[in-house]
Amino acid sequence: MSERTEFAFYDGNSLAGPLSEVFAVELTTAVGRCRSCGKSSEVATFRVYGPEPGFVGHCPHCEDVLLRLVRTPDALWLDFSGVSALRISMPADSTGS
Amino acid sequence: MERRRETATASTLVLDVPGWPGHQPGQHLDVRLTADDGYQAARSYSLAAPADGDRVEITVQRVPDGEVSSYLADATQSDDAVEVRGPVGGWFVWNPQGDSRPVLLVAGGSGVVPLMAMIRSRDGARPAPPFRLIYSVRSPDDRIYDQELRRRATEDGDLDVTFIYTRTAPGGEARPVGRISADDLSMYGFPVVEEPIVYVCGPTGFVERVSDLLIDLGHDPAKIKTERFGPSGP
Repeated sequence: MSERTEFAFYDGNSLAGPLSEVFAVELTTAVGRCRSCGKSSEVATFRVYGPEPGFVGHCPHCEDVLLRLVRTPDALWLDFSGVSALRISMPADSTGS
Repeated sequence: MERRRETATASTLVLDVPGWPGHQPGQHLDVRLTADDGYQAARSYSLAAPADGDRVEITVQRVPDGEVSSYLADATQSDDAVEVRGPVGGWFVWNPQGDSRPVLLVAGGSGVVPLMAMIRSRDGARPAPPFRLIYSVRSPDDRIYDQELRRRATEDGDLDVTFIYTRTAPGGEARPVGRISADDLSMYGFPVVEEPIVYVCGPTGFVERVSDLLIDLGHDPAKIKTERFGPSGP
């Protein structure tokens, strides 16, 4: 990654824009549990490589791959298979009942 | 689009974004450029100032071969249009209305940009908590927002600004040049017992180092928020 030259980010904060294309909630504040080590961390704290050819997010604890995100001209590919659960904070009155 | 030069390699761009909904300090703006052949490149930039209606500011550090930053830093005329999306992000933010705890900001190079947005948002915070900024740069010429930071520190008794020089220091600087140390963070930050919220932004290596030093000093890892943007830097 030594030729990484843009003022680009290297953690999950950089996923905020791409994720906002498809999710209605701000997903970088969500907490993901690593399928490999079982530890939980905010999406913003994932170790991220990218943005080209795509983003790859690693667990800050065990470095296993948690997610991949690739944007093509007509699609967004999102692989969340390294995350076993995602906790998204919701307003207390939004249960829909 | 207006441009304001900050250093030899960094410029602030003032963008007019109709319908901008406002933002929190620390949030980003995504910029997308499309070439004539359809090739697209998108980059995320920290917003540098509180929202002022439809006017938003980003500060871009030009880097060699950076296809987006070079365009933004050099090629833009006042009537050029770029595609933007935002605000985005919600984790590395400070809420001027919601928190009165002391705030320690630690910046490496152009990592100062989102932290400057937090400092500039102090004006609207009641009561404004004490802020301390520790800003690591290679040399005096690399200080972004230099004059404004000095002015604000002079006018605002609850804002301290300390520069750390890693390669070249100005004449009369007592601290020897060198990487930021635990002593720097102890001397110019807040004591652990005051339980400051800490924001660290800079190149990846810088952020890792500062986080480790802060945790060694006894700061609660849960109160340290970080943002990384690259592998090299001061």
